[in-house]
Formats: sequence, C-alpha cells, structure tokens
Amino acid sequence: MKSIVRASLAIIAISAILMYVVSLLEDTSSAGGDGTINVYNWGEYIDPELVSQFEEETGITVIYETFDSNEAMMTKVEQGGTSYDVAMPSEYAIERMKESDLLHPINLNRITNLENIDPYFLDLPFDPGNEYSIPYFWGTVGIAFNPSLLDGQTFESWDDLWDPSLEQEVILVDSAREVIGMGLNSLGYSLNSTDMGELREATDKLKTLGPNVKAIIGDEIVEMMRREEAAVALTWSGQAADMMWINENIDFSVPEEGSNLWFDNMIIPKTADNIDGAHEFINFMLDAEVAAQNADYVGYSTPNQAAMELMDPEVTGDERFYPTEEMRERLEVYENLGLEMLGIYNELFLEFKMDMEK
Amino acid sequence: MERQAMKSNSTNPFYLVPYYLWIILFVITPIALVTYFSFFDISGNLTLDNYRNFFSSVYLRLTLSSFWYAFLITLISLLVAYPTAYWLTKTKHKNLWLLLIIIPSWINLLLKAYAFIGIFGLYGPANNLLASIGSERLQILFTDFSFIFVSVYIFIPFMVLPIFNSLDRINPALIDASRDLGASSWTTFTRVIFPLAINGVKAGIQVVFIPALSLFVITRLIAGNKVITLGTAIEQQFLVTQNWGMGSTIAVFLILFMIIIMMITGEKGGTLNGKVK
Repeated sequence: MKSIVRASLAIIAISAILMYVVSLLEDTSSAGGDGTINVYNWGEYIDPELVSQFEEETGITVIYETFDSNEAMMTKVEQGGTSYDVAMPSEYAIERMKESDLLHPINLNRITNLENIDPYFLDLPFDPGNEYSIPYFWGTVGIAFNPSLLDGQTFESWDDLWDPSLEQEVILVDSAREVIGMGLNSLGYSLNSTDMGELREATDKLKTLGPNVKAIIGDEIVEMMRREEAAVALTWSGQAADMMWINENIDFSVPEEGSNLWFDNMIIPKTADNIDGAHEFINFMLDAEVAAQNADYVGYSTPNQAAMELMDPEVTGDERFYPTEEMRERLEVYENLGLEMLGIYNELFLEFKMDMEK
Repeated sequence: MERQAMKSNSTNPFYLVPYYLWIILFVITPIALVTYFSFFDISGNLTLDNYRNFFSSVYLRLTLSSFWYAFLITLISLLVAYPTAYWLTKTKHKNLWLLLIIIPSWINLLLKAYAFIGIFGLYGPANNLLASIGSERLQILFTDFSFIFVSVYIFIPFMVLPIFNSLDRINPALIDASRDLGASSWTTFTRVIFPLAINGVKAGIQVVFIPALSLFVITRLIAGNKVITLGTAIEQQFLVTQNWGMGSTIAVFLILFMIIIMMITGEKGGTLNGKVK
C-alpha cells in the first residue's frame, strides 16, 4: 500500500512538472496573444512551417487537429466538443453542412488575397458566390502505379485494374464513394448514380476485382507504394504526388472513362469562437508565396494562379496533376447524395469487402 | 438503538454509493442509450427497420465471419497459453517470467499493429528470413494468417494470466496423491489438473473471445479490410454513414452475443464440472 501511495505521488509530481514545462513552451510560441484559433484539416495537408509563420506574423496561436474523412469531420463539428475556427472539407460536405446550418458566412471584403485564385474555382455550384467557402486545393482520383514492378501495363482504362497479371497487387483507398464510384465509372455510369440497378451492377463487377486486391487501407497507402510493397493503387492525385516525391519510379494516370474532380475548401464552422482569427488565417493561406510553398509541400494542385506563377513550371505544367480545362470536362464533381444514399453506398461497400472473390 | 447503529456500521450503505453511481453512469446509461438509438432510422423516425436490416444477408454473414475469426483466435490463444501457463507454474522465477509475458500488453495496440506492418512487409524481417533460407518472398501482410497471428499475439497475456492463476492455486499434494494412487501423468492431467483449473480457462476464453468479436483496428491495418468484423461495421455506421440507429442495432446484438457467451462460460459450467470428478 505504501509503495502504491508513493508511486502515485511520484506520478502526480512528474505530471505537474511536465505541465509546467509545456505551459512555458506555449508561452514562448505565442508572441502577441491575439487569442488562438483551432484549425481542423486533413492529415499531411499543410506545411507546418507555414503554421509557425502565421503565428509569428499575427501573434495568434494555432491549435491544429486532423481528420481522415469528411464524415468524421462533420460529426465532430456537429457534436460541438471543440469549437473549430477553420476546417477544410470537400465540396459535397460543404453542401451538407450548409443544409444543416453548420457554416458561418465568410466576409469576402476581408479576404483580400481572393484575387489570386483562378476564377475557374470560384462561384462553383456547391457554393454560389463563395458565401461560405474559399478554395484550398483541388485534385482528381486516379491510379498510381510503379512501372518498374510491372510488365509494361498502362492504365488508360479502369478495366486495366482487372488485368489477371495484377494478382494481389492493387491497393484500394478505404472510402466508399471512391471505390463504388470507380466501379460505376468503369461501366460508363455517373459516379453520382442513385440508380439501384447501376449500383448493383457496379458492386457485382467490383467483387470480381477481388483476386487483384491486396488491401483496402487509408493513408498507409503512401508508405506501401513508396516501399514498393504494392505496384498499383487507387488513390487521390495528391497522395500519388506524395509517393512520387520519394519514389521516382511511380507514375499516375486518370483513366479515360472519367473520374472524380474534387475541391477542398476552407470554411468557418458556425461553432467558431475566433471569427476574426479565422478570416486572417484564410487570407494568409491565399497569399501567393504561402500558397506556393504549401502546394510544394503538400503535392496537391493549387487553385491559386499567383502561386502557380511562382512555382516550378515543370510541376504546374504536368497534366497528370494540373489537367487542362478540356480534360476536366470528363471528370465529375461529387454531388451531395443525401444521408440515405450515402448509407446505401456504404452498405454496398461493406458487401464488396465481404464478398470479394478470393 | 445501539444495535441499529452497529448494524449500519458493518454494512454502511453509504459505501455503495460510488459503486451504484459508476454502474448507473457507465454501464446502465450507455446500454440504455444504445438500445434507445437502435429504434430510430436515419431521419429520426421510430422504426424496427434496423433490426429487419440486421437479419439481411450482409449483416448475418458478417456476424458469422466475426464468430469464426474470434473462435480461431481464441482457440489458438488457448493452445499456446495453456502449456505456457503450465510451464510457468513449474519455473523458479515465476513472477519474472509472468512479467515478461505481461509487459507487451502495456504497449499501445496501434503501435504494435504498425510494428507488424514493418515486420510482415515484403522487405521486412520475416521475409528477409525466408529469403535467407532460399524461399521466395511471400505476401504475409493482409492475409488471414497475419490477422490471426497478430490478434493471438495481442491476446495471449490475457489468456495466460487467468490460467496461470488457477493452475498455480492447485494444491501440489493433490497431484502427489494422484501419482501415489498409480495414475499416469496423462491421467493426472486429464482427471485432476485440467478439471481443477477449468475456471481459469473459462475466464481466459471470455476475456479473449468477446473483444475478438469486435476488433477493428487490426482488421484494417493488418488484414487490409479483407477480414471484417462487427466492429468495422459499427465504426462505419457511426463515423461515415452517420446512421446511429443501425450502428446501435449492431452494438445491441454484440451485447447480446456477449451475454450469451458469459452464460455459456459462466457459473453454470462451473457446477457441471463439479459433477465430472
């Protein structure tokens, strides 16, 4: 008993010392003290140096948290536990958040750097007039592959994934809309289909992909491809860029039948505490130099025209990551299909995982 | 008066308050809430659809496959843990060995899972070993084998402990008596040691089987979602689909399955064992 008491006291003492040290460290990092902002973003989706730069320039302390799906983000914003001041959801999530009245309108007069953004990415159907959202990054869904591990296969068509030579080589991203959408696209249907017949056909076709599927995972895909554990992956363009950054053998292709074109945007949730700080942060991220540095670091495509002029033309001229407007024609943006349809997509995805042919 | 005071002193109901509070707040309320939510559909209407949906083929097969994998994990854990626990009771430095077995369970599950991604990788130590003895590199990660191996590894301490405790408590005089009366070692084991330690085995089975039904981190990281359990389905319903009703319904069934398992391996079995002799 005595020793337990002694051990507990020691633990409490050590915790107290650690807390003190942490508070010292935090003090030195916030120079001015214009409060704090909570930023809620996807994992590996910002250059951490820029966060420090923002803190230095404005004196605002940034508390940074990450999420791994739009749905998880919305659930947390809705529950309210933490009041996030800025978040970066995708377009269909913004539609849904608008419907559920979770967004705070953005005062565009305060976003002076908005002029840096390519007009193509402004005033899009999911948020006319950019009342609630400011573009952050955009990209596509496609196939990352490593030709050095393959016998010359190319991926011009989704059906190439079904090639018998790819047994146990294909990694899929663990996300219902991407995978079911790929099944729909491969049959020539829209990836926003709500037709049960089409969805059933797509799911049945996906099941036959089973023998080629190595795994269905999340962010671990990048590591797997970098280390050449797998040769082919269905993934987002920026994840592919991450892989290619480390492993130069990897290539990326968006199949001809069409695919998904997505936009991630900065928003201010209704529950935000520091509206001023949020506006400052958004405006800071749109600065040409900041956006260029961020795009270099993250690897996704920036909608910031002024930043593109500062970047390596080899990067911004790469049509795999910056497809021309003409190429974007055959890509589709996700529509908000409603919770019920999302439930059906997920149930079909679950069925696919269970019934994959071995 | 005096008598009453003495009585309340010996069983002061006040001491039970923290216990009841705990039970009400952290056991009864959550179960009641889960049951309550299970009767609502995605748009908040009162309905039994979730239960009907559970009996559709997808969820039934999901349940069956969860049970199958949980069964395999429990069986293999038992096969490894029983001899280990038996051997532990015979060693000199029991507590040291026991500690060595328990220490891995202090490390976070996620860390262990990530470590195994490295170990089982195509170019990881396991495959390097295979390559060094001239075998081909095998796909170990994302297979049934890796899933069961890692799960067993994680659960083994929880199986060893209760079995060790009940084996260690057996009075050695009983074993000596059995041998003196002419029983072979095998008979001594099957007729004396095994029945006396059966409660440890049952406790071990409970502690392993029940969590094994709802594993979901390992199914993704180690099995690459090619094995899916009820836990995966619950996580998805809550976080992705935001269908709390369906998620709760699956959770209700999981609770029911757990109660059934507790009943099978619980007290009743203990008395049955008393009759065997």
